[in-house]
Amino acid sequence: MATFPLKIMTPDGVAFEGEAVRLVCRTMTGDLAILAHHSDYCTALGMGDAHVVLEDGTVRHAACMGGMLSMMNGECHLLATTFEWADQIDKARAEASKARAEAALAQKNLDDRELQLAQARLKRALVRTSVAK
Amino acid sequence: MAGSMKEIKLRIKSVESTMQITKAMELVASSKLRRAKERVEQSRPYFETLYQTLYDIAAANTDFTSPYMARREIKKTCYIVIAGDRGLAGGYNSNMFKAVAADSQDRDFCVLPIGKKAVEHFQYHGAEILTDRFAVVGDVSVSDSFDIARLVCEKFLAGNFDEIKIGFTQFVSMLTQTATVLQVLPFDAPQPKRGEGRPTQILYEPSGEEVFNAIIPEYLAGVIYGTVCESVASELGARRTAMDSATKNATEMIDNLNLYYNRARQAAITQEITEIVAGAGE
Repeated sequence: MATFPLKIMTPDGVAFEGEAVRLVCRTMTGDLAILAHHSDYCTALGMGDAHVVLEDGTVRHAACMGGMLSMMNGECHLLATTFEWADQIDKARAEASKARAEAALAQKNLDDRELQLAQARLKRALVRTSVAK
Repeated sequence: MAGSMKEIKLRIKSVESTMQITKAMELVASSKLRRAKERVEQSRPYFETLYQTLYDIAAANTDFTSPYMARREIKKTCYIVIAGDRGLAGGYNSNMFKAVAADSQDRDFCVLPIGKKAVEHFQYHGAEILTDRFAVVGDVSVSDSFDIARLVCEKFLAGNFDEIKIGFTQFVSMLTQTATVLQVLPFDAPQPKRGEGRPTQILYEPSGEEVFNAIIPEYLAGVIYGTVCESVASELGARRTAMDSATKNATEMIDNLNLYYNRARQAAITQEITEIVAGAGE
């Protein structure tokens, strides 16, 4: 299979740099797969599982949240707010965060901001736990 | 004479202990500086690509309007001011405040201070403060910068202010740091040149405008995180330089005091000899 250069960057540094066969991630509008020779393309990312298929067929899963994806002149850049490979996810922490968010949501007297924060936290925790499995 | 000798000795001791502290602070600052510099370098590629993409979208699309790009009449400016948590860093904090004061002259403004010194400064001067939740600049993480970005974006869209500027200290080199005030919103788009603007071949999904609006808060968070990293590195750089010169000054002082001490000792001995000789002569 043809490969394309892929660079995954976060504010904490470069998470991945190299050749990939396929990149799948969740965008604002839905799941998207990028293959080599994709036309120039740009979109904003949502929250969800992302995986990269490498040349030798290994699939690496990651939790990818927010940011953008651009494909320019055959080079793919993925700029994520957070990008954690499945093996780097702190499962216990994600579970704890999930429990905390659920507890917060169970309370009825939340104001809008607290509700949003708790929902966002729950969503992040769910993405993390589902990827880490 | 003996009295002044004792005084000088005490003075030397106190200067010596101060020198020990400044020396230790210098060492701490330089070892932290190395880490801070790494952080700046690691975060750079992310923001550069982000900025480039936004710039491309804005440059290639002449026909779209985003609330983040619209120029409104500027009635109020929001300053995000990043300063240090601690003093003893030479002119680091005061240079920052001076730069902001010069920029905000004759304007209606509010501040979002980051760093303990910034919070204290603006509270003292009675400026309108958006939030003082981010009082410790050393603890500002990526998710904190997203919180800040979300907060100011919301207020910007709600029309609470018409302009967002960041005051931070640029890390030029180990010895030079410059206080800078940078405008971030409305996004300063390049003026499309008529005629030579080639039609964009990039596919935006769902649309250029939506992508742009979704990325702007990310960009802002990116800028905040980047400038925080840069300012932390600058603070450490400034502290290192300040402590280095303090140590040098202390060494000089000790040398001088030693000279005085020896002179006083010599004078005391001479006097004693004179007394003895005078006593023997009788």
